[in-house]
Amino acid sequence: MEKKLPTIEIIEKYCKGCHICVEFCPTKVLEMKGFVASVKNLEACIKCMQCELRCPDFAIKVTP
Amino acid sequence: MSFDYDKYIRPGKLPHIWCPGCGHGIVMKGLIRAIDACGLKKEETAIVSGIGCASRLPGYMDCCTLHTAHGRAAAFATGVKMARPEMNVILVGGDGDGTAIGGNHFIHACRRNINMTYIILNNKIYGMTGGQFSPATPTGAKASTTPYGNPDPAFDIAKLAIGAGATFVARGTAFHANQIDKLITEAIQHKGFSVVEILDDCPTTYGRRNKFKSVVEMMNHLKDIAVPVKAAEKMSPEQLQGKVLTGVLHKEEKPEYTEQYAQVIERAQAAK
Repeated sequence: MEKKLPTIEIIEKYCKGCHICVEFCPTKVLEMKGFVASVKNLEACIKCMQCELRCPDFAIKVTP
Repeated sequence: MSFDYDKYIRPGKLPHIWCPGCGHGIVMKGLIRAIDACGLKKEETAIVSGIGCASRLPGYMDCCTLHTAHGRAAAFATGVKMARPEMNVILVGGDGDGTAIGGNHFIHACRRNINMTYIILNNKIYGMTGGQFSPATPTGAKASTTPYGNPDPAFDIAKLAIGAGATFVARGTAFHANQIDKLITEAIQHKGFSVVEILDDCPTTYGRRNKFKSVVEMMNHLKDIAVPVKAAEKMSPEQLQGKVLTGVLHKEEKPEYTEQYAQVIERAQAAK
């Protein structure tokens, strides 16, 4: 059965590029693209929601 | 399902003013989750703050909010609670606002045991005014007013609150984001004066002067120094050197102030 992928929405207007989500993602799903975070490898996401929880700028929304 | 923070945030207020990597946003999210978990109604919740970076928080919250004079959050909040005891009063402030300028109001609010929750975001510095040292700045740390190191010993805010008579005292960190809402939820549900100290990071004015290369390094530092209360029981004093206890540090039941005051009114009216 194919794994259902989550959606990770990054609101670029809110992101201040602090690197917290990129560094504390346990499976390295996110990367910095210029000054803002972006999704690099969605397949690796384990839906732990740590990026959404830790984002100080309300910029990440994960829908598992 | 991801948590819908937007229903507690004033429309059009984001993005907020805090610097990149500032933990205040993480604490604000924790507070929102705690308000939601406690089922508090927006119109029955007052969020009161003084002046400072942390004190900007009520401006973003779609509740009854009050942004008051520097250090006077506890004084104004006591007024709100005395006039409307049914309100859920939450205070938010920084370490300087709470323990230096508002130190007197803070200890007396603790002593009275009035049913409010004080969230102190301790980033160890006055961030908004340019990085002056605060009572929570560790000894030896550099600030704009202590360029050769701070000679003063720092306040242990949680111990100060316990000593002054607060009946619920807890401590968390901005790194342990999962724990923040649980501590605040317990604090709101506790009847009496509750203090939740959250150790925070200030990359702009504190980290930059104290050899923290990045926000991530500051967050990892918070992770390294935090020791849960239960784990600390099995550790020796040498192992606990330089560590900070996290979790619920103190909890007791004492008469609550607004109830005591209502009895005073009853006695006074009966004496007429």
